[in-house]
Amino acid sequence: MTESNKRKIRLTIPEQEILSPGHLACQGCGAALAMRYALKALGPDTITAIPACCWSVIDGPFPYSAAGVPIYHCAFETAASTAGGISYAIKALKKKGITALAWAGDGGTFDIGFQALSGAAERGDNIIYVVYDNEAYMNTGIQRSSATPYGAWTTTTPVKHFKKAPKKNIMEIMVAHHIPYGATANIAYPEDFIKKLQKAKNIEGCKFIHLYAPCPTGWKHPPGITVKIARLATETRIFPIYEVERGVYTINKKVPKPKSVDMYLKMQGRFRHLSSEAIQYIQQQVDANWERLIKLEQAFGS
Amino acid sequence: MKKVLTGNFTAAYGAVAAKVNVISAYPITPQTTIVEILSEIVADGKLDAEFIKVESEHSALASCIGAQALGARTFTATSAQGLALMHELLHWTARGRLPIVIANVNRAMAPGWSIWADVTDSVSQRDTGWMQMYCENNQEVFDSIIMSYKIGEHRDVLLPTLINLDAFFLSHTSQVVDLYTEKVIDQFLPCYQPAVHLDVKDPRSFGALTSPEYYYEFSYKIQQAMIRAKSVIRDVGKKFGELFDRQYDLVEPYRCDDAEIILVNYGTIAGTAKEAVDVMRDQGISVGSLKIRYFRPFPSEDIEAVLKTANKVGVIDRAVSYGHAGPFFTEIQACMSGTSLPLYGFVAGLGGRDVSLHDIENIVKHMQSRKPEELIWIGIKDD
Repeated sequence: MTESNKRKIRLTIPEQEILSPGHLACQGCGAALAMRYALKALGPDTITAIPACCWSVIDGPFPYSAAGVPIYHCAFETAASTAGGISYAIKALKKKGITALAWAGDGGTFDIGFQALSGAAERGDNIIYVVYDNEAYMNTGIQRSSATPYGAWTTTTPVKHFKKAPKKNIMEIMVAHHIPYGATANIAYPEDFIKKLQKAKNIEGCKFIHLYAPCPTGWKHPPGITVKIARLATETRIFPIYEVERGVYTINKKVPKPKSVDMYLKMQGRFRHLSSEAIQYIQQQVDANWERLIKLEQAFGS
Repeated sequence: MKKVLTGNFTAAYGAVAAKVNVISAYPITPQTTIVEILSEIVADGKLDAEFIKVESEHSALASCIGAQALGARTFTATSAQGLALMHELLHWTARGRLPIVIANVNRAMAPGWSIWADVTDSVSQRDTGWMQMYCENNQEVFDSIIMSYKIGEHRDVLLPTLINLDAFFLSHTSQVVDLYTEKVIDQFLPCYQPAVHLDVKDPRSFGALTSPEYYYEFSYKIQQAMIRAKSVIRDVGKKFGELFDRQYDLVEPYRCDDAEIILVNYGTIAGTAKEAVDVMRDQGISVGSLKIRYFRPFPSEDIEAVLKTANKVGVIDRAVSYGHAGPFFTEIQACMSGTSLPLYGFVAGLGGRDVSLHDIENIVKHMQSRKPEELIWIGIKDD
């Protein structure tokens, strides 16, 4: 950006680009945008533990790396414990001002990595844990995870036998650990995501961010509408944006006039098979979950 | 400074003497007192380190990996099921070339639940790229922890070490242990200086996707490091001897020079074997004992040099590779394959069954009167 342009534009997110453009993400990948924003928020003094997930490919094969910060590729189920180890070593070796970031997909967080995450949260390991949620095992080719929502097609929940179980409410499970800070975020709202990461960086203990990150390849939507779909997830109240700071609930995006879930579902091939009854059921669930969240904010808001 | 210590306390004091920066551990019988004493020592500020009270052995090693990758010297301890749960991370540590040290209290694998000694837990980790050594007594536990950091951190090696001590026979048995002085230990083992580490000023990616073009060579480098480790182990053992008056090598022969029969063994059985050798020598039987300290790297040349003059060799294994033979026996067989030396394979002491002096005398009697045959299970109750 030239100096003259700078004067005209008021930047709402940090200008510094730490992630290089030469990464290996699919076109329209929500997870690539996610890392770009995360590094803008946290800066170069960040050390990242990445388990098996799309990002273990996106960063590039040996000897290349796109991230621009140190990355430790760790075992699938160890994002939290590896990042935890890094955080304790930062303390033991008195290296000040370095953030330990665990960066995992939904499979590595909701499923196989959950034990390590629960342990780190209970101990209060000084890490920021970000789950970029694309609602299935995308790196292995779109298999259902416990983050896959009701109704979705995946290769292990084929159309005739689409997923019947609801998505696991990971935020509430993490809040139940009494962590100092938990938040949901969405790649469609980078200012909010960045603000939350910066807040998390200045809080001691285990911070958790559940980040919504669409996957055009697995969700079967054109790569050009990733952000649009992500925004619709919040505008339909499917994915509410809220934070819980030391038990205090704040809904950051109020959504007074929600759009119908129909709009969101119809844009994605993974929901194409759904009957009107199934869509109605999803709407009811979304309404009920929102209602519950409103009550939580009323009861435990500031 | 000399103290009367159990094997577990000795292991804990070994980690303290090595001035580890981060300890991460999960309790399991019979390793538990290592975790207890270390957490207390760290909490009391007697060791300037962080202790991570993890929720599993899996996270114990994962967090050691993260900490060691940042440049910390790390330590953990485990046993049996815990070591098995760490299996994937054992590969991760060695392929990541992180010289972590684990004290493993050798315990039999379940089911049925057993808390007693055998080495199935550690020999099952043979191909993970870890150096593996077996201790005869508590002094060797202390000395080996200190030496293992020096060996593992050597630029020619950069590999982790699994230090094995038999459940109860060492872990819960008190012996006199010389802890030396802090000053001399610090001189022998200075602070950890990693070859490469997670550094925000020099951002690198560790362990990324590796194509067949590179993976093969990474594996070759681990093999080369293991081979080089043999001479590093010898050198470090010698240097240790100069400073502390106790010398160590890859193997330890006892009255083998003129022995017609040599018994190969490891762990606490080595102590009993030495005693049995003395008793039988007094009876005029020409017998010696060869203790193997290192299972990986496997000291084939050293073993061959000792065994080549014997008429008969028996190997006593406290584990079995089901469907074949004892894990050390097959290695000895491989390194003596160019000779016509009669080799006898014995299994003894699984699940903590006592291996007595009498058992070892019976092994020698068996070798005197019979030709080598199938694997012999000492003291097996047949019905």
